Formats: sequence, C-alpha cells, structure tokens
Amino acid sequence: MTTLNIVVCVKQVPDTAVERTLTPEGTLDRESPDGLINELDEYAIEEGLKIAEAHGGEVTILSMGPAKAADSVRKALSMGADKAVHVLDDGLAGSDALATSAALAAALTRVGFDLVILGSESTDARTGVVPAMLAERLGVPQLTLAATVEVSGAGVTIHRLTEDGYAVVTGSLPAVVSVVEKINEPRYPTFKGIMAAKKKPVRTLTLADLAVDTGAVGLAGAATGIADWAARPPRTAGVVVKDEGDGGSQVAGFLAERKFI
Amino acid sequence: MSSAPSARPRLDPHDPAGLDSLLSEEELAVRQTVRDFCADKILPHVASWYERGELPGVRELTRELGKIGLLGMHLTGYGCAGMSAVDYGLACLELEAADSGLRSLVSVQGSLAMFAIWKFGSQAHKSEWLPRMAAGEAIGCFGLTEPDAGSDPASMRTSASRDGSDWILSGRKMWITNGSIADIAVVWARTGDGVRGFVVPAGTPGFSAPEIKHKGSLRASVTAELVLDSVRLPGDAVLPEVTGLRGPLSCLNEARFGIFWGALGAARTCYETALEYAKTREQFGHPIAAYQLTQEKLANMAVELAKGQLLALHFGRLKDQGRLAPEHVSIAKLNSTREALEICRSARTVLGGNGISYEFPVMRHMANLESVLTYEGTPEMHTLVIGQALTGHSAFRG
Repeated sequence: MTTLNIVVCVKQVPDTAVERTLTPEGTLDRESPDGLINELDEYAIEEGLKIAEAHGGEVTILSMGPAKAADSVRKALSMGADKAVHVLDDGLAGSDALATSAALAAALTRVGFDLVILGSESTDARTGVVPAMLAERLGVPQLTLAATVEVSGAGVTIHRLTEDGYAVVTGSLPAVVSVVEKINEPRYPTFKGIMAAKKKPVRTLTLADLAVDTGAVGLAGAATGIADWAARPPRTAGVVVKDEGDGGSQVAGFLAERKFI
Repeated sequence: MSSAPSARPRLDPHDPAGLDSLLSEEELAVRQTVRDFCADKILPHVASWYERGELPGVRELTRELGKIGLLGMHLTGYGCAGMSAVDYGLACLELEAADSGLRSLVSVQGSLAMFAIWKFGSQAHKSEWLPRMAAGEAIGCFGLTEPDAGSDPASMRTSASRDGSDWILSGRKMWITNGSIADIAVVWARTGDGVRGFVVPAGTPGFSAPEIKHKGSLRASVTAELVLDSVRLPGDAVLPEVTGLRGPLSCLNEARFGIFWGALGAARTCYETALEYAKTREQFGHPIAAYQLTQEKLANMAVELAKGQLLALHFGRLKDQGRLAPEHVSIAKLNSTREALEICRSARTVLGGNGISYEFPVMRHMANLESVLTYEGTPEMHTLVIGQALTGHSAFRG
C-alpha cells in the first residue's frame, strides 16, 4: 500500500472541569474558559498515530476553531502528528453540526485523505453527528463508534460498539471513522515531541481559501438554532427511607413509580 | 502600554506569583504533560503506596517516566531529551506536587546517577548505560553518604584499592534512594589518589542493597543501604574524568537544583488543599476562610510560595545561561525546603484533625519534606556555605 494519508479532526472545547457559560446568542462562550482538546479526539489522534506507525503514513491534524484553538493543534502535533491545518475564520462562529461538516468537508477535499478519524462526539455540543455528515458530504463510507480499527489492503474494518456487544463493519478507503474511548490509551506528549512540534507546519485556511460560501456556515448557515435555554435546576434533597420493617417495599415502590423496575 | 479599566489585573489564587506569564509555550506544555501524567498515574495511588510503604510497579512506572522523557531530561545525547534547566525544574515541581518520593526517584536517576556518568564517565560507560537509563529500562542509584559520613563526605570510609588491573571496593553507603531496585550504582570511594567514582552493576558479587524499612518519611520511595564486601571491579569501572570530592559534589549541585523546585510543588499542594478546605469548612456559622487567623496563614503561604517560585525561576534562567553558582543553589535549597515545610505545617493546622489523615495529602507531604529539608545538604550546611560566600570565612572546615 502507498503511504496512508490520515487526517484526524480535532476540536478545542472548553474545560469541562470549569463552569461553562452561553453567549447572548445561546452559543457556548469559547473565549473565557481554558480550551482543551476534546477528550475523544485524543483517542482519535492516538489511533491515527498507531495506524501510521504500523502501516507507514502521515498524520495531519485538521481543526476548525478560533485563534486560541492553535494551542490544541500544537498539543496534537506534540503527541506526534506530522502537520496541521487550522480552518480559521470569524464567519465560522456559531456553526452547528451541519455547517461544521460543510467547512470540514471542504477542508478535507482540499487537503486530500485516505482515512479521516474523529472522536465520536464532542464534550460541548455532544451531537455526535459530524462524522456521519462528513462521510455523506465526502461521498465515502462511514464507520462510526469504533472500538477497534484495522487497516488492510484498500479497506478498513472496525468493531462498532453496540448496546449488546459489537458489530464488525468493513469499508473501502477512503473512509471516515469515529472512535470511542475504549479503543486505546492516548499517549502523553513527550518532551522531544513538544520541542519538535514547534517546527511542524501549520497551515491556516480561511473560508475564502476553501471557497466555502459564508452563507453555508456560521450562525447564518446553521440549520438548527437555540430557541431557549435555562440552567439546570439545583439538585433537590433526596427521599430518605426510614426502615421500620417495610424499608424494602418502600424502596421498591419508589423505583417502580419512576419505572426503573 | 496600559489596558482598559475593565481589565483590572487580578491575582490568581492558584498562581500568586503570576509565574505562568513568565513561561514560554513549550515550558507550559512540558509542565502540563507532567501534571497530566501525575494526575492519571500517580495521584490515584500514591496515598496508598505511602501508607503501605511500597512502590509497586516501580519498574513499569520508571519506563513510563522514561517514555515521556523525564529521566536525565536536562542532559543531551544518548537518548536524553536535552531540555532546559527551567523545563527540568518545572517537571520536578509537578512530580513533587504529587509526592517527594517520585521526584526523588527522578532526581537520583537523572541528576545523580546519569549526570555522574554523562559528565565523568568513559565513552563505554555512557554508551552502555545512558540510553537504557533515559528510557527507564535501567534504574540507577548514587552512593556517597555513609553511616558515619553525612555532611562531611571527606570522612568516608568506603575504599577502593588495586589488585592487579582490578579494583576492590569495600565499605557501606547509607540512605541510598533507588538502592534495592537499582541495576547500576555509582559509588564514591577513597583511593590512593583521592576520591574516585565507580560504576557498579547490581549483580556484581559482594554487592548487596538491603532496603531500609520503618521510615516515617518518603515512604513511597525505595531507600537502601549499599553493602560492598570486597567487590571486584574491572579497571575500567572507574569514572575516568574526575578525581576528588568535586565529582560527587557537582552531582549533588545538579540534584539540589531539582530539589529547590520540587519542594515548592509539595508546598503548592498543601497550600491548595488548605485554601480549598478553608473555603468549605464552616465553624461558628462561617467558613473558616473568613476568619483573620486563617487568612493570615493562607496569605503567608501564598507570599512564600510566590517568592520561592520566582527565585527558582530566576535561578533556572541563570543556570540556562551558565551563570548559576553553587552558592546560589544553597540559597534556594535552604529557602525552598525551609519555607515549603513551614507551608505544609501551617496547612496542617488549617485542616485541624483532618490534617493528620492520609485522606488528605498534607501530612504525607509534610513528613516527606522533613527528609527533603536535610538530604542533599542540611539547612545548617547550606547556611554555612552561604556564610562562607558572604564573609570569606569557612565556619565548618578547619
């Protein structure tokens, strides 16, 4: 097989350990909290690096996001990826899954790829539909929720995580694969990797570079919108069951009422 | 350049010195890698290791440290990462924020055993040992201190004499970190020509390293005695490039650099623990953080932490410029360990009874720092080294 061109999509998300806030438009405030690589994307990076190490190949990081997303791109490079493409344009702010997939698909078409790997969802929006949308837009097979990935010949085979076990799914290359956290243990950036990342090429592409219509992305291109939002109500006190001989049936009744049993 | 009024600078309680603004993107990345590693691999287990007085899986752990590049990270070549002194210091701080025992493992491996070979060893010593030690495949220890020779290493009894082309080593070394798990020991001994260093593979007949038990400090660290019972070594086991105490003392100077950064990590953890505890612990209807006496403790902790970190960073920059004197190292080792211990003790009082529980990290760090205070130069010795530098008079050598 010729050298695999692997592209891993990486999204910077707000740190889930700190309080997250919404802008007046109802979109997530990405400026104030620290940005981190979406956790599942670290598994995608690890899998991309492992496949490249096993089969020979090059790993390109593709990230769409504001200027500060460059930190996450740099971390992905320090883990061992070869180069990166940062899609950076103010017109992208407020993009929903459909708009995001439009911009990423344009970038992927421009960069070229044999295998696209993504985390199966992001910790901020949690729609989990971008991998499927990307595959559809690119006209390639989608192999989602992978707990294992094997590349051989011109094809890719995954174990797709299901509720009861896994399904074996095979597709031809090029393809889009999304991964779940069972798949591997992401490596730490090594010190040598951190130093080497400084010299790795990062290409910045704008919507104009990608010839993407500004009406197709950002808030303007979003097919979905936030109609209303509210903070989760504070947790209320639980029910204390006093066992005076009938504790068991009280607990069973409580669970039955909520259709747990 | 002035900023808009709305952007009034604020003190970050988690970085009272504003240290982060003085670090480069790569330095922050190095720190984050070590911090993440400790959060994932060390912090979930270290309290239990400490309580049991064990370091299970230390070989695998050492390999993981090697994989990141932490072992001999400030050395160049032979598989070492070739990082700056500041990078090394930041890594030590994060390691010791988890546990002083972990930092000790890395200090002894990189700054004592590897540094001695890297600086004074033969080409064959370097090629044989450094790549494996950098990868964490081989663990090293360093034998200088003896039962009756601590601050005064010139009084050491361990000796090496010639037998044909071989060397015969006899004596005992004490308080040797990594001793029982080491694959290789760098041992210092008297010879007819003065103190020399020897590379001693652990399997050599006559060499043994019984573990020291019953420690009340550094319990998540392996400490041993080295027994050298007429250990026969080939002639080329001697480190060729140094004779005299200058050899071991220059290694200690390297390790002390990591220690003065590291101790501040233990202090940071205790300060953070006390701060969080004080904000949530309520007495007399208010969080204890609202009381003046608690605030004074927290403020003093933040002040000393900020001062210590800024001194460490400044000395780190000087070291990277080749301008750091051993007396500078004495100033920072004395200050960092003394103030870190005081911060931990003060944090202990903020936590009240909970302060003595291993459910919190404070007592563990505090007890660890009792060792860190006196190893690699007691406060008394560093005080007198500074005194000599200031006055020109040595108060400890006749």
